[in-house]
Amino acid sequence: MEHYLSLFVRSIFIENLALSFFLGMCTFLAVSKKIETALGLGIAVIMVQAITVPANNLIYQYLLKDGALAWAGLPDVDLSFLGLISYIGVIAAMVQILEMAMDKYAPALYNALGIFLPLITVNCAILGGTLFMVERDYNLSESAVYGVGSGLGWAMAITAIAGIREKLKYSDVPDGLQGLGITFITAGLMALGFMAFSGIQL
Amino acid sequence: MASQAKNNVIDPLIDNNPITLQVLGICSALAVTTNMTSALIMSLALTTVTAFSSACISAIRKHIPSSIRIIVQMTIIASLVIIVDQILKAYAFEASKQLSVFVGLIITNCIVLGRAEAYAMKNPPMLSFLDGIGNGLGYSLILMLVAFCRELLGAGKLFGHQVIPVASDGGWYVPNGLMLLPPSAFFVIGLLIWAVRSWKKEQVEAPDYQIHQVHRTEVL
Repeated sequence: MEHYLSLFVRSIFIENLALSFFLGMCTFLAVSKKIETALGLGIAVIMVQAITVPANNLIYQYLLKDGALAWAGLPDVDLSFLGLISYIGVIAAMVQILEMAMDKYAPALYNALGIFLPLITVNCAILGGTLFMVERDYNLSESAVYGVGSGLGWAMAITAIAGIREKLKYSDVPDGLQGLGITFITAGLMALGFMAFSGIQL
Repeated sequence: MASQAKNNVIDPLIDNNPITLQVLGICSALAVTTNMTSALIMSLALTTVTAFSSACISAIRKHIPSSIRIIVQMTIIASLVIIVDQILKAYAFEASKQLSVFVGLIITNCIVLGRAEAYAMKNPPMLSFLDGIGNGLGYSLILMLVAFCRELLGAGKLFGHQVIPVASDGGWYVPNGLMLLPPSAFFVIGLLIWAVRSWKKEQVEAPDYQIHQVHRTEVL
């Protein structure tokens, strides 16, 4: 239990996908002008991440890993080179299914989050989460914890920067830094803040 | 035709740079720039993938149904990235270990998909190929600049060779460790954007909200 808790905390704060691995930066910078939209996107990322990381873990463990096809009588087959294309396929399909399911069973939620879902397929944070899971060789329950944790960390980071940017529009920024430039500097300062967590040993 | 081809390559370098103006492909620009070697490998990989995926997508653009075009584009891009990844693993294993997940993340790099969607779907293969090269080079330019600043100031090295003698080896330069840490990448790119926009005034964004309206018009 302790192991999972430390993995969870680590994936939220210390190994924050947005601020220490720079994943999902394009959306992080482009969709963070308002807190509401940032929060909506954040929740959508948590949901997709919580589903796709364990799903890709199953695919990796039982189909792609070296020797994983032993159950089918093919112990010498190593399909791990097909990883990238399978993961992105799974992510695209999951997002599509999630979108349809939400439209049918939770229309209110769909109206709030629907526009963000297609964006998420090409969000590097999602594919990045899966690739880190593969690289670190998590098992199914670890990957479920990691999925939720990393999604939560990303959502927190984007909501925080949206809050800062809402305040920032009342400040007098030099012309050349206006917009994108100052957002980069702000994100840098936030990343500096998040580095304070890196000393925590769990 | 020839001038348009030239435009496709030159324009994305500064006037329409994918990173500083279009805000595409930021993730890897920040993460792989701690040293110039990995930045160079990443630039080469991305330029290759962008150029060939644009050419391939453009070649079959009239046969792709628009409702499933994203999936088709993704499949083409993913296949190209797998090839690049395998080549790197075979011939530059150390570098591919260092780049870790970021080679795979070229798939979701917005530059590749963005060019496919915005340019390759509407233009013939040769022009799309050049457009891919141009945008890849624009990305590479920023990447190399950022990596240059970070490696030089952070470790006193360029491409792994010591150019400034550091204090720990008896030299005079005390390396700025911050430059090797993640936040500095944000600062370097932010300052770079400032520099580019001070030079090219038309890229400056209009502020959302103006407090000193009166004061500003006086100055102007």
